[in-house]
Order: sequence, then C-alpha cells, then structure tokens
Amino acid sequence: MKPTKLITRRRAIITGLAAAGGLVVTRDWKHLPPTYGNLLRIGDNLTYAAIRALPKPSLVKEYSRADISSFPAINTTDPGTIAGSTLGDAYRRLRGGAFAEWRLSVEGRVATPRTFSLDELKHLSSRTQITRHVCEEGWSAIAEWTGTPLRLVLEGAGILPTARFVLFYSYDDWFESIDMLDALHPQTILAYNMNGRDLPIPHGAPARLRVETQLGQKSIKYLQRIVVTDEFYDGGEKGSIQNGWAWYMGI
Amino acid sequence: MPESLALGQPSGIQHHASWVRISHWTVTISLITLAFSGFVILMAHPRLYWGEVGNGLTPALLELPISRNHQHSGWDPPRPFFSDAAGPVTANRTYRIFNQNGWARSLHFLAAWCLLLPGAGYLLTGIFVGHFRTHIWPKRKELAPQRVWRDVVDHVRLRIPPASSGPHYGVLQKCVYSLVVFVAAPLMLISGLTMAPAVTASIPSLLHLFGGYQSARTIHFFTFVALLLFVFVHVGMVIKSGFRRQIRAMTVGE
Repeated sequence: MKPTKLITRRRAIITGLAAAGGLVVTRDWKHLPPTYGNLLRIGDNLTYAAIRALPKPSLVKEYSRADISSFPAINTTDPGTIAGSTLGDAYRRLRGGAFAEWRLSVEGRVATPRTFSLDELKHLSSRTQITRHVCEEGWSAIAEWTGTPLRLVLEGAGILPTARFVLFYSYDDWFESIDMLDALHPQTILAYNMNGRDLPIPHGAPARLRVETQLGQKSIKYLQRIVVTDEFYDGGEKGSIQNGWAWYMGI
Repeated sequence: MPESLALGQPSGIQHHASWVRISHWTVTISLITLAFSGFVILMAHPRLYWGEVGNGLTPALLELPISRNHQHSGWDPPRPFFSDAAGPVTANRTYRIFNQNGWARSLHFLAAWCLLLPGAGYLLTGIFVGHFRTHIWPKRKELAPQRVWRDVVDHVRLRIPPASSGPHYGVLQKCVYSLVVFVAAPLMLISGLTMAPAVTASIPSLLHLFGGYQSARTIHFFTFVALLLFVFVHVGMVIKSGFRRQIRAMTVGE
C-alpha cells in the first residue's frame, strides 16, 4: 500500500477555495441571489458582497443644467405598440386617457397594500436631480429627473421591518428588483418628469424608476406594480438571472 | 543570496521561484479571459469618448469597426428636449444591436477576481522577498543613458541574448516589467472601477481623477491596447531568446 500524504497540494487548494467560497456564501446566504451552481453567478455574488462592503455609500455625482446631454431611448419605446399583449392593450388605453387612470400598485410586505395615481405621487414631496445614466452597453447620458423618492412611496404603504427587496413590474412586461439599501437611497426616485417636462413615452411614461447607484437597465420604465418581499425572488423567466445576466448592476 | 546571483549572472543557477511561475500562468489565463470578454463587451458599443457623456446621439472620439453595431443607422428622427433645436435631443433606436454583455461582463469580473487575488499575493510576496528590488526595479547605474541606448539598439537589431532560465533581466526588460506591474495593472483596475456607479458613489474622487466616466472607459481601453502590445513583444522575445528553454524555465523551473 502506498503511503498517502495527509495534506496534498491539491487538497489544500480545494479546501482553500471551498473555504473562500463558503465565506462569500455564508456571509448572508439567505439574502444573496441564487447562483444555481453557475460559476458566473458565484462571481457576481462575490462582486455584490465586495461592493456592499465598501465604506460609506454616498450620493452619486449630480450635474448642472448645462451638462444635460442627448439621450437615446432604447428597447421598448412604446408598450402600446406591443401586439397581442394584455399589458400592452392596458397601456394603450391609459395612454389614450393621458394616464389619468394609471394606478401604481404597491403590495407585498407592506402594512396597507395600496395604489398611487400620478397626482397622488406628485402630491408627495419630490426630488429633482441631474444625474448620469450609464447604460450597460457602454454609453452614458445626463438628464434632469423629478420624481417621488421611493422611500416615501414604501413608507406610504407601511413597509414592514422584515422587508429586504423591492420588485418592479412594468407595462412592457419587464422585471427588475433591488435590495433595500438601494431602494431607500435618497436618489432612488419614481421619476415622472424628465428635463423639466412630463416623462416622454420613449423614456417610460408616466413614471419610471431611477436607481442612480446601478447601471441604467435597473431603472425600469413604464412602472405598473411594486412588490416588497422579505426573500430574494429571481423574477422567474422575466428575471435577469434566468436570462444569463447578473442581478446586481452596481456593478 | 550571493550578490553575483542577485545581480543576475547568466551563468548563475538561480531559477524562477515557484510563486513567480504560478503567478505568471494565473495572470496569463486571467489576462486572456479579460481580453476576450472585454472585447465582447466593447462590441456592444464600439465607440469611445472623452468626459462624462457619450452615446449614439453624440460625436465619438473613436469608432471601432468590430461588430455589426458599428455606425448602424437604426434611429428614428431626433427630437430636441428644449426649445433650442441645436440643444440635446432624444431619438428612438430601432436597430437590434449585437449584445452579449450578460455572460461577457460576469466573465470579465470573474477573471478580474482571478487576477486581483493572486495579483495581490504576487505584489506582497514580491515586496516581502525583495523580488522587485533585486530583479525587476531597474538600478540607478543600469539607467545610465549609454547602457539604456545600447539595450535599445540591441533590441531594434533583434540581438537578443539567449535565455538564462531565471530572473536575469536587461534594463529595457526591467523598465517594461515595472511599467506593467506598477502602472498598467493598477491603471486597469482603477479605470475599471470608475465605470461602476456604486463604486463612484462611495469613492467620488475616482471620477475627478479620470475626468469622467467615458474618459475612464477610454483609458481602460488604451491601457488594454498597451498591455496587448506588451504581450506580443514579450512572446516575440521569448521565441527569439529560446522558446523551449524559456517555457521550461517558467513551468518546471529548470
């Protein structure tokens, strides 16, 4: 029988990697996005944990009116033109009525699930910010946004203390979600105004999310429904993870 | 360590240390992965700019013909945001772009972690055992103009001395290695971090340092080009100075 070493180099490396992975996973395993054993998603979680460990998350840079730039509208530029979609049909009717009938539903882990009309949103205190939008494709643009801080909307529905994530559903059948740190960030707003005018349809009328601490794709347009959860939800087939994308875009 | 070995006599028996060899190939694999995934990410928007802003509706510093997204004309007519028709505009994009950023960016970051963690180990070990001081950092007398000039002339005429199987480097080689380790690699890291909105929210000085998000992206690209150039020259020199011997020296350490 050949003598076996107690600690081989290979075993040391494997143990080391497993321990390092374990640190990342157990740090807050219950609230980290699922990886489904995918190496890329494990890397994403490592990056997310590292960014959340940065000191003093602060406000993003704000610019002056002179910095406002041209701004492409990409992907959906009018959900009302999506054929054979219930959401698209609903959006077309709302658009026809100048969004007077639009209601943003806030539900899930809140004390009083409720809806907000556009007027109700505008009656809450607003925030105006000139910020840089960074598209995950690599381009950037600066615009002025006015909207209701998401924090006020969540507090308006009585967010429960156990809540950890906020999910967003849109009229172009899109899905995004953010953690509570970004949801309660002072610059995270539901914008109904862009560059001093009503939010144009190609940019997400009547209201879109602005998450300035993440890439542009998190700032979902054409808001329809907000759901507060205690647990991470990947969004199913609509979610970024099942479509092969990182969930956290901070980045 | 005897001074004659530290100074790198070609006849010396000193070989590449195992931590140097492991670092070398870890970095090689990470760099190839970073270059490949970075190129795929760039293909989604093959335009470079200066300052904070740049997009399909603003002029570019440089447009790279590296995907079907190059100079596509899929835009609806632009509409101005303000009464000033020459001011900022918006336009709907009607073109379905090439975009593989989902896996490409996650792979890019995974490779960056695989570079960062052993890279930090390499730097600390190199400082701790005096590797940089002894072998990499050019000495004052080596930087004498006539010595540098002689090394330049030798390289231009492709008079490359045969491989020595260990860390015995010429003055140009030392300068280039120092630039890669202490300038290019850190520049890649911090220009990359400057592109992350959550990072600049925490460390706003990064944006000031580069003069904007797009400047950081452009510097990230040109530093990559410089590193790519280094890799080509490095591999060329390895071939010229004895490929088999160099590979043996950097793998089994003989």
